[in-house]
Amino acid sequence: MSETESADLEKFRNETRAWLEANCPPEMRKPATSDADVFWGGRNTKFASEPQRIWFERMRDKGWTVPDWPREYGGGGLSAAEHKVLRTEMGRIGARPPLSSFGIWMLGPALLKYGNEAQKKEHLPKIAAGLIRWCQGYSEPNAGSDLASLQTRAESDGDDFVITGQKIWTSYANYADWIFCLVRTDASAKKHDGISFILFDMTSKGVTTKPILLISGYSPFCETFFDGVRVPKSHVVGTVNRGWDVAKYLLQHERAMISGMGERGVGRPLGQIAADSVGSDAQGKLDDAMLRGRIASFDVDEAALAACAERAVDLAKAGQAHPAFSSAMKYYGTELNKRRYEILMSAGGVDALEWESERSKQGARPRAWLRTKANSIEGGTTEVMLGIVAKRILDLPGA
Amino acid sequence: MALVLTEEQSMLRDSARGLISDKAPVSHLRSLRDAKDPTGFSKELWHAFAEMGFAGLLVPEEFGGSGLGFMEAGVVMEEIGRTLMPSPFLATSVVAASALNRGGNAAQKSEYLPKISNGSLLATLAIDEGAKHRPLQTSLQAVRAGNGFKLSGAKALVVDGHVADLFIVAARTAGSAGERDGLTLFLVNPRAKGVSIERTIMVDAHNAARIELANVEVTADSVLGEVDQGAALLDGVLDIGRGAVAAEMVGLSEEVFNRTVEYLKNRKQFGKLIGEFQALQHRAAELYVDIEITRAATMKALQALDADVAKAASSVAVAKARAGTTATRAVQEGVQMHGGMGMTDQFDIGFFMKRARVCEELFGDANYHTEQLARTRGY
Repeated sequence: MSETESADLEKFRNETRAWLEANCPPEMRKPATSDADVFWGGRNTKFASEPQRIWFERMRDKGWTVPDWPREYGGGGLSAAEHKVLRTEMGRIGARPPLSSFGIWMLGPALLKYGNEAQKKEHLPKIAAGLIRWCQGYSEPNAGSDLASLQTRAESDGDDFVITGQKIWTSYANYADWIFCLVRTDASAKKHDGISFILFDMTSKGVTTKPILLISGYSPFCETFFDGVRVPKSHVVGTVNRGWDVAKYLLQHERAMISGMGERGVGRPLGQIAADSVGSDAQGKLDDAMLRGRIASFDVDEAALAACAERAVDLAKAGQAHPAFSSAMKYYGTELNKRRYEILMSAGGVDALEWESERSKQGARPRAWLRTKANSIEGGTTEVMLGIVAKRILDLPGA
Repeated sequence: MALVLTEEQSMLRDSARGLISDKAPVSHLRSLRDAKDPTGFSKELWHAFAEMGFAGLLVPEEFGGSGLGFMEAGVVMEEIGRTLMPSPFLATSVVAASALNRGGNAAQKSEYLPKISNGSLLATLAIDEGAKHRPLQTSLQAVRAGNGFKLSGAKALVVDGHVADLFIVAARTAGSAGERDGLTLFLVNPRAKGVSIERTIMVDAHNAARIELANVEVTADSVLGEVDQGAALLDGVLDIGRGAVAAEMVGLSEEVFNRTVEYLKNRKQFGKLIGEFQALQHRAAELYVDIEITRAATMKALQALDADVAKAASSVAVAKARAGTTATRAVQEGVQMHGGMGMTDQFDIGFFMKRARVCEELFGDANYHTEQLARTRGY
């Protein structure tokens, strides 16, 4: 980096810090405690609170819901270095993301790479502004880990495809406005070669959704049914029958997103949370030596993983990243997050067992604990991730 | 600062790797071990190292060194870890050079640093007394006598202790074992009256010694840093050593892992390559991730040391703890996946297992550093 560049970046840092200080409401400087606390956008959205609305609108107006997207698509147009500065400065004050969205995390990057100009212009600004909420139609009842064996079929009919089939584990399908979906457009081709990536409105005729109740007591996932849904062929992203390329690219982003779940490094450190309920001895040490040891080991691994996540970004920038590395991060990040919640439950003791009470915020902690168990399943199981690392990075033999 | 090597650092790595893999593959350590070599390393190779600027890598240019940083020292340590080359680099060029550079007065620096740079002086830190690394438990006594001090006590695991030309000894000038105040570092001539040295042949066939000091007289000029205030200097020097050993363990782990993966791709059992078995694939993949995470944590620690040694403690604790755990896992999986071959002396894998065990103890094991992290985070 030249001296001018580094001076410019320092200037950007100072301005950003001052802007965040002035514009991020205090209520938005701590982690969300429940799902209702997270703003997802969409046609039918409501803000949970005034600070949530203020924070979202201010960030949106700067293009900072998607800081590194081009300005013409509603982004902030930040360079990679500036984006890193913004993330660091938001992390410094514990600022939450103003908008959570599968459009931002998953579809957006895929559209930027594979979408045509009309598709980018149509969809990206609405994602950035939180106007349209997206869901992902990938998994099917018999195509989970073995995703490419999916059966939902799209039959050609003039300028349209007619889509029939079923998806499962469609996160928030019941709240989503649009879906990005994998469908089989050529049943005779080899498994990976007959799949297309298509976008359509969830209010289309023939779409129904049914929530699935989970062990956490919530229904973030749905079964989604398509009964002759008519979709213009212009809604296919990339080339017909080459949707697997788009799907894989998008999965990398999904894995990167899931590996970052649990807002590592945000909020109070585990050791302090544990000290609140367990207490400390005369030397100020957590009064449960085994728990203290588990937390300290966790902290070591978490700090090391944070360094690795930082390095993954730096490697990508330097053009040295292995394309399958997101699988490595996904595996480790999700296993670590499960460990974190096991510790939180252990630290909370009896208090962490309350399921329906004001004091427990309706069982926020045990529900979150149960939710984390899905981390190592969704987006590709830990076993699938390890298989990808073994074959694609280590080049071990076998299909 | 990006967590990737710069172009200059990559070039340094390539030249270190070239020299080390060419002149000191694992067979080099094996032959020194088998011959019970009295020096324990190759002097010829050390001079070649010095000529390439490695011996004085951390020494400022005004004292004849290259004036490079801890990232660069880590790059060289990692290459040393790949072939387990026994060399004075860690004790002399990293730890002792840092101690002299950070704590030395003008006279001390100009006397010793140029000699470290040109490879003519070997120096080492003498710190641990008990079985485990506990720097504050130092009880070796330094009593004022006339214009100087008299030192009495014993030290264990003094790296290169039997060949060193200079000891940097942690002693207690005040207080008692366990206290931070009252520690002082002294420069001691190994040939001074009252010093006895026992070379301890260690499990990893690297150099170490036990030393005993019986009323060893030193002048006031031999104090490194401030009397009674040695703990802060020692903290920094030890953290530098820890960062370097973590880098050695990263190199060691990756090398043993690469050898193991190669083996999985070639060894057949039950009519299949054993690398086709999912049970082994997944363990290999987990280990790969462990090593990558440890590499990143180690780079982070070395960068933190380069930025400010005094503020690097928790990054270093993370790196050394992770490196110890990962190296232990890497060598255990290495031996296990090589099956019976891994247990033979004829095969090299065992050398890595032995060195990993020593690196784990050196400057504090994973438990020690995990505990340090808990303390710095206040729980």
